[in-house]
Amino acid sequence: MIQIESVTKRYPDGTTAVDDLSLEIPDGSITVLVGPSGCGKTTTLRMINRMVEPTSGRILLDGSDITGQPVNALRRSMGYVIQNAGLFQHRTIVDNIATVPRMLGWDRRRARDRARELMARVGLDEALARRYPYQLSGGQQQRVGVARALAADPPVLLMDEPFSAVDPIVRKSLQGELLRIQQELGKTIVFVTHDIDEAIRIGDMIAVMRTGGRLAQFAPPTELLSSPADAFVEDFLGTDRGIRRLSFFSSDGLELSKGPLVAVDADAEQVARSAAAGAPYLLLTDAEGKPLGWVAAQDAAGGADKVAVGRLLPFGRPFAAGRESLRDALDCAVLSPTGWAVAVDGEGKAVGVVSQETIGAAIRSAHARHEGAGGTDRDDFTKAGAAT
Amino acid sequence: MSIFQFISDFFRDSAHWHGQSGIPHRTLEHLQYSFMALGIAAGIALPVGLVTGHTGRGGNALALIATAARALPSYGLLVLMFFWLGIGLTPVMIPLVALAVPPILVNSYEAMRTVEPSPVDAARGMGMGPVAVLFQVELPVALPLILSGLRSAAIQVVSTTAIAATVSLGGLGRFVIDGLYQRNYEIVVGGATLIAGLALAMIALFWLVERLTVSPGVRGGR
Repeated sequence: MIQIESVTKRYPDGTTAVDDLSLEIPDGSITVLVGPSGCGKTTTLRMINRMVEPTSGRILLDGSDITGQPVNALRRSMGYVIQNAGLFQHRTIVDNIATVPRMLGWDRRRARDRARELMARVGLDEALARRYPYQLSGGQQQRVGVARALAADPPVLLMDEPFSAVDPIVRKSLQGELLRIQQELGKTIVFVTHDIDEAIRIGDMIAVMRTGGRLAQFAPPTELLSSPADAFVEDFLGTDRGIRRLSFFSSDGLELSKGPLVAVDADAEQVARSAAAGAPYLLLTDAEGKPLGWVAAQDAAGGADKVAVGRLLPFGRPFAAGRESLRDALDCAVLSPTGWAVAVDGEGKAVGVVSQETIGAAIRSAHARHEGAGGTDRDDFTKAGAAT
Repeated sequence: MSIFQFISDFFRDSAHWHGQSGIPHRTLEHLQYSFMALGIAAGIALPVGLVTGHTGRGGNALALIATAARALPSYGLLVLMFFWLGIGLTPVMIPLVALAVPPILVNSYEAMRTVEPSPVDAARGMGMGPVAVLFQVELPVALPLILSGLRSAAIQVVSTTAIAATVSLGGLGRFVIDGLYQRNYEIVVGGATLIAGLALAMIALFWLVERLTVSPGVRGGR
């Protein structure tokens, strides 16, 4: 555990970067420091590995003051990942990753073996081992940065805006990769970002900081979204925090109706039975059960085999039942021309459909459940789902 | 008589290949003076350039010194030093060192200035000490520019070392000075050719050093 106790950082010119900050960073989880530029989040991170020394207050690592430890030994026990990866351009990828093990006195072969192991862990092709940083894309370089930080298996990982310089698609995949690695390794990660969406996606705990280096709120993401401490936090979260909070509610409990599912070779009698269930639209599925599209119940009265597949209404994006969140389900329903979302299983086969009304009811009951539990717990499925 | 005739006559005359005033011995002398001057200049300019570049302080003063040193006329300085200090190696070394310092100084300063801050930050954050950061992170990346400063200095020094002959020392300048005195243009042209050849050899030498010492990751990244 990292304990930050009343830490202040004031520079000689009078600016206060961090002002009387106290935080308890729990072990084995991701704590995100987030806030606008100039809020002291990077300074706070850099005080943990003593790249910056606090003016007053103290930081404890597993109960002992970090100023009592030799500074380089302390830094070697903490992985450090920075914005542009900061790779050594004169060293190959494998030697970049092997940096800290080599500093710790491992022999070259062992350090390189370890580096190759980590390349696999962060999803880098082994063929890149002998390449140089300039031959890699920004996203690949950042993966190398993460692998390098993990090389000596430090219990703590400090990450300073590690994914800010890559494009949104690569950033999303790197976030997913980090969550997957974290599930396997369970490090104590302190992650700095200015992007609240990133904070909500990856953080177990989020510390929102405001300009002047003061802590505005320290809470798990669901609590942050449901009950922001003040107007600053609310404003920082943006206008759609209600919708975003749905990311933390599983679509597991959604009541799916199978009635409107009709196979493409169904005859008039089967169609009539489905239509009788009361749904205005029927979802046609192919021989394997994968969705094809929507058809109005009366247009299919003569049998599904008579319907021209080319004239079906598109079914949009389906959601993975149970694995994706209520936010995904709602999004699918909103995008669907019929107002009904299509739920599929892992193989893409339709398992049911659900209306906006049903999703709305599920949202209300999920809210009631979370308020009742104090609003602090969270469904851990989302992170698992996001990582896959 | 054509210049090429001079050159071929000079090199074909076996008398020019033997003894104290032969081509091998004079070339060796010339290289000795040159490398000595280069060594002294590097000993002064490299540490100063690397430290000022690393800290980023004193850049303006450095540029001023370099510009001033560049404006010094080597031959004038030699004559002055000769009358002051008399015959010897020192009056020759002073103008040659003054010639070699500016390119080494300016290039090593610039080389350190252009090292990106993020790998240095990453290295420090991983627990690398300041000496290791300098030798393992900054210098390997700064090396191409540092070498190019040394190369410019080497070419200039090798070309200018000829002036040593005017104050009774050896080196390839002897052929030029003695040839002029004796009105033997074959020797003058031959000596000049050797000096030019040596300057080209410096380019080749530094190309080789760069191939051997600069990482492909740094060469490719430019």
